[in-house]
Parts: sequence; C-alpha cells; structure tokens
Amino acid sequence: MNSKTIKVDVLARVEGEGALFVKIKDQHVADVKLRIFEPPRFFEALLRGRRCGEAPDITARICGICPVAYQMSACNAIEDAFEVRVEGPLRDLRRLLYCGEWIESHALHIYMLHAPDFLGYEDAIRMAQFYPDIVKRGLRLKKIGNEIMRLLGGREIHPINVKVGGFYKVPTKQELSALTEELKWAIPAALETVQWVASFSFPSFEREYEFVALTHPTEYPLHEGRLASNKGLDIAVREYEQYFAEDHVEHSHALHSALKTGGTYFVGPMARYALNFDRLSPVAREAARSAGLGRVCLNPFQSIIVRAVELVYACDESLRLINGYEMPDKPCIEVEPRSSIGYGCTEAPRGILYHRYRLDDHGIILDAKIVPPTSQNQKAIEEDLFQFVESNIDMPKDKLQWQCEQAIRNYDPCISCATHSLKVHLERI
Amino acid sequence: MASPQKPTLAVWKFASCDGCQLSLLDCEDELLAVAGAIDIANFPEASRAVAKGPYDVSLVEGSITTPHDEERIHAIRRTSKTLITIGACATAGGIQALRNFKDVKDFIPMVYAKPDYIEALNKSTPIKDHVFVDFELRGCPINKYHLVEVLGAFLNGRKPNIPNYGVCVECKRRGTVCVMVASGIPCMGPITQAGCGALCPAYSRGCFGCFGPKDTPNTPALSASWSRLGVSESDLVRAYRTFNSYSEPFRKESEAHEQ
Repeated sequence: MNSKTIKVDVLARVEGEGALFVKIKDQHVADVKLRIFEPPRFFEALLRGRRCGEAPDITARICGICPVAYQMSACNAIEDAFEVRVEGPLRDLRRLLYCGEWIESHALHIYMLHAPDFLGYEDAIRMAQFYPDIVKRGLRLKKIGNEIMRLLGGREIHPINVKVGGFYKVPTKQELSALTEELKWAIPAALETVQWVASFSFPSFEREYEFVALTHPTEYPLHEGRLASNKGLDIAVREYEQYFAEDHVEHSHALHSALKTGGTYFVGPMARYALNFDRLSPVAREAARSAGLGRVCLNPFQSIIVRAVELVYACDESLRLINGYEMPDKPCIEVEPRSSIGYGCTEAPRGILYHRYRLDDHGIILDAKIVPPTSQNQKAIEEDLFQFVESNIDMPKDKLQWQCEQAIRNYDPCISCATHSLKVHLERI
Repeated sequence: MASPQKPTLAVWKFASCDGCQLSLLDCEDELLAVAGAIDIANFPEASRAVAKGPYDVSLVEGSITTPHDEERIHAIRRTSKTLITIGACATAGGIQALRNFKDVKDFIPMVYAKPDYIEALNKSTPIKDHVFVDFELRGCPINKYHLVEVLGAFLNGRKPNIPNYGVCVECKRRGTVCVMVASGIPCMGPITQAGCGALCPAYSRGCFGCFGPKDTPNTPALSASWSRLGVSESDLVRAYRTFNSYSEPFRKESEAHEQ
C-alpha cells in the first residue's frame, strides 16, 4: 500500500482563505478537496429589509478585489426590476469603471499573484529583485486601473459613486481626459505583458470544458449580455436559476455551482475569450495571435495569457470610451420602486456574477440571491486537480504541491466572494 | 530576504472582504520601498513563503465570527509585539455584525440546521473584544496612506498621525459646500471620523459612515437634523447600521430609533 497526501493548509496568493487536500493511494488520486473555510458572512440574510439603493454599497463589501462587479450586478438587477435601462454616456461610464477594475485586478493577478509561479519565486517582491523593471511595469498598469476607479468611483476599493440609475456625480470631459496619457502608455505595456507571459513554459494539460460567459452582439462582454456556453447554452440572465443549481458540500463554506444538465462548467477570462473572440478589439485580437493563442484556449495554465489579452482590451476600450465621452445632462436617471423581481449578471474579472432581488412597492429587499464566480469554478478546479495529479503522479511531492497551488491560481480564485451566502442553503433545508 | 535587522510584518485575515489588506498591495508607488524597509514574513495573500513568528507588527483584518477564530486571535496576539487592526470589520465587527441585531431565537436554527457543516458564532465582534489591540485603523476600506503612516510610526516608535475629528473638517478643508445645509441631503459627516478625504460630499452624496464614529459624536443631534429633513425612523436605523453598526455610538443610536 503506497499512499501520500498533499496538504496545503493556507493557500497563498489567492484572495481569501482556502486549503487544498489531495490524497493519492496506490498511484492513483483517491480524493481532492478544495477546502474553503473563509467564515460565512450571510450577505443574503443581511440584505433583507434594506433599501434596494443600498445594495450596491452593501454587496461591494463581499469582495475588496472586485467591488465594482458587485455594484454593477446589483444595479443591473434592480434596474431590471424597475424596467429602467441606463444608456448613452452613463452606460459608457459604467463600462469604463468596470474596465478600471479589470485592469487593476488582472494586473494584480498576472504580476503579483500568478507570474511568480512560472518563474519560481514565492512572491512578486522576491521576483522584483531579479525583474525590477517588469514588476514596476505591472505596478504601473495596476495603478492605471486604480486611477480610473478613483476618478469615476471616488476610491479604488468600495467606490462611493455608483448608484441605481447611474452615478451621484459624473466627470467632465476634461477631467476624464486626464487619464488619456497614462492609457496611451498602458496599451503597449499591456502588449509587452502578453509577450512576456506567453514566453513562460506551461505544463502540458488540456481539458474539454463547458465555458460559460456573457455574450453581446457588438461588444466584448462586461456589464450585460446573454448567458451562453460553447455547448449550446443560450439564455437570458433571468433564466439563470432554471439552468444552474447550487449545492452545499461538507468541506467548503462556499456553495458549489453546477449546470443542471451537464454538471461542471468554467467561468472567467478563458470562457469569455472562447465565446467572444470576435468582439475583442483588433489590437487585442492581434496580441492573442502574436502570442500563438488560438480562438479557444483549453490549457488553464495559459489563462495568464488570456488574462493579459483582456488587459490589452480593457486599456484599449478605456481609451475609446474616454475619447468618445460627452458629459450627460444628469448624473443618473430616476427610478420608481415597484413590487417586482430583478435579475442581473455581469462579468467580474474572475467570471460571471449573478444577482437576483425580490423587492416590494417601496423598493425594500425581500430576498436576494448572489452567485459569485469562484463558487461556480470550484468543481472545475477540483476536477483539474484530480486530472493533473493523476497524470503527474510521479512528480516529486514538493514540485507537485507547488503545481497544484498554481493550478488553483489559474482561476484567480476569490475565496472571500465564494463564501458569502450560507443562508440560502440553510433555508432550503 | 529574511535579514535579521529588518522588522518583521505579518498580515492576518478573519471574516472580511480582503479589501483592507489589498490596500497594502494598492500602494503601487510605495510597495517596493515598504518591502525594502520591512521583512514581509507572513502575508498569504501576496506570498507563499511563511517565516515563523514572533513578528514585530501584525496587521489584523476581519472580525471574529467562528469558535476557531476566537482561539486563533489569541495565538496571533501571543506571537505579535504590536497588533494593529485594519478596517471596519476588525475594529467594529463589519457589515457582518448586522447579524448581532437579529433575534438569536430565529438565528440559531438557521445556523445550526446542519451543525456538522458549519460553525458560526451568534455575533460578529471586533478584535479588541478578544485581545489587547495596540492601534485601530478605521475605514471600510482603510485609507492606504494611513496604513503607510501607521506602519512608519510603529516601526519608528512614534505615535501615528491619524485624525480623530469628523468628516466635516475634511469638507471644509477641501472646500466642499455642505450637502446637508445647501442641498438637504442627509449626511453622516458630522458624527463620522475623518480619513476618507470627505469623498461622498465631494461627489454630491451624503457621507454614509464608512470610518465609524468620530471622537464624542453627537448622534442624537444628527438624528434630529435628519428627522427634520424627513428621514423616517426606520431609515435612521438603517443609516446607523451599515459597516460600523456594532460600534457603541452607532449601535445605541440605532436602538433608540428602533420601534
């Protein structure tokens, strides 16, 4: 009997608290558990009885890494309930704010959290001793994302300017133009990022995933669209709960999501890219081609290249939005509360983030449901680990352990997000 | 990198959103300089390398919500020369402390329906309810420049220069016209500690209290002003019950308006 166990008590370079447990018995993987022991915070319960106008600020606190995603999905859902559409410059400003979050989050993950794995460093600060200019480029890119959020949102973590119906205050064209110079630097810097990460060596590993992402007829999806997959799913956001289910497993404080029909699915940059390649801007598409990336990428270790392509896109798109901006007359459109249910889904940097609210006549939240991207990816992560360990069973334990950690970081998992919601489960009992 | 001369820093997480510790990585211009001055010995969000304690400075994010965390914070205190809490969760229980106002009779069966799966305490409590805290840095999220200031102060053995006056002072300094007086927008600025730079009024919005109560806040006077603006009792309760709801002044004032 030959058995060994890989155990990582605290997963590093992920947002939140998680642990990994892999058991190998007789040269085969016996068990894989991605344990998420982040304490549950019961957000859906806390939202009951709150005014819907508070939802963007309250749900932002689920995640300090992607607060804009929560604000956008909350606004979308509530505006859907009130049958209001935010269009024109206000819509563009929201898209720009979201690009800021993508730039910040992607630069953070590529440079600070993921690249050190490929180059054999324990963190970006150690990596900076050998690659100072590269790390500084990453920090400057990250800072540009933060500056967009600071200008539009007031601050980078938990922005204060997002409101159901629009914003509290909108910038003048001149104020927004202040971002142009740095973005002009950022596009070539992001292109260099693509080339840099494409030069890494990647474990040979591919799986046939069901990719799920938003799709939109004319734009690369950020803040609206239909939900689609590469295996034929094509539904409106409001149909989400008919097709997806959440399950509570013992080893995780985050609910596991699955497609009712097919089981495991995959959300995030690789899914968006596979379903929306044609909607990338020409410069982003060209960056992907020059990095040798096909229209679909099936190796999760290469997600860092896809994330870098999206970084190019987000910088390019930000510049386009700023150049085309005309200040609207009003910072927001009025909404009139009514008893209804609203659905919203947007593309957080890590993948689709679904919100649903049931509201009364006064706009008070009666109940809420939130499904963040990391809980949707948990099963895909565990299956990746199972297959990866199975096919690398003879790898020395230290190396295998590090590569397992890396396989988890492929998903840029945000464990704070994933664990927010046990009340929903407990209510179902 | 672990040179014995440099002071060591550890970052710990309890129930929270990760935003406050992200503030350290958001110091894009200062990060490499900070990393040059201190030895980041334990910061799982940023590094897989972990050096053993004791640590000169521990930054603690998040509130205590589970029996396991109740134990863990004592171990962290024992291994830390200086313990600084960062953010509203660690300092006031955070948004998750809204559970503290629920009727426990309703709450227990909700939590303990499957006791094997999960353990959660009835209350979300700040770190200072459990161990001695050397300094509390406020905010939801904290101001990253405050973090750099506090680290610099403790590493140099001086008192941190962090304001404890109200947001109103920051509005005056910034030249923002009072949103409550001029536009009738309910604002928590008069009772909220400064630190954000009076952001919300600068964006034509009332302050919503991210930094918690200032020193000696006159909450009844603020509630009276809000009532004159037509704010209902239930909306007053909501206003005091956000990210710092379990801080004593906000908790007491919210209870005063609860029917």
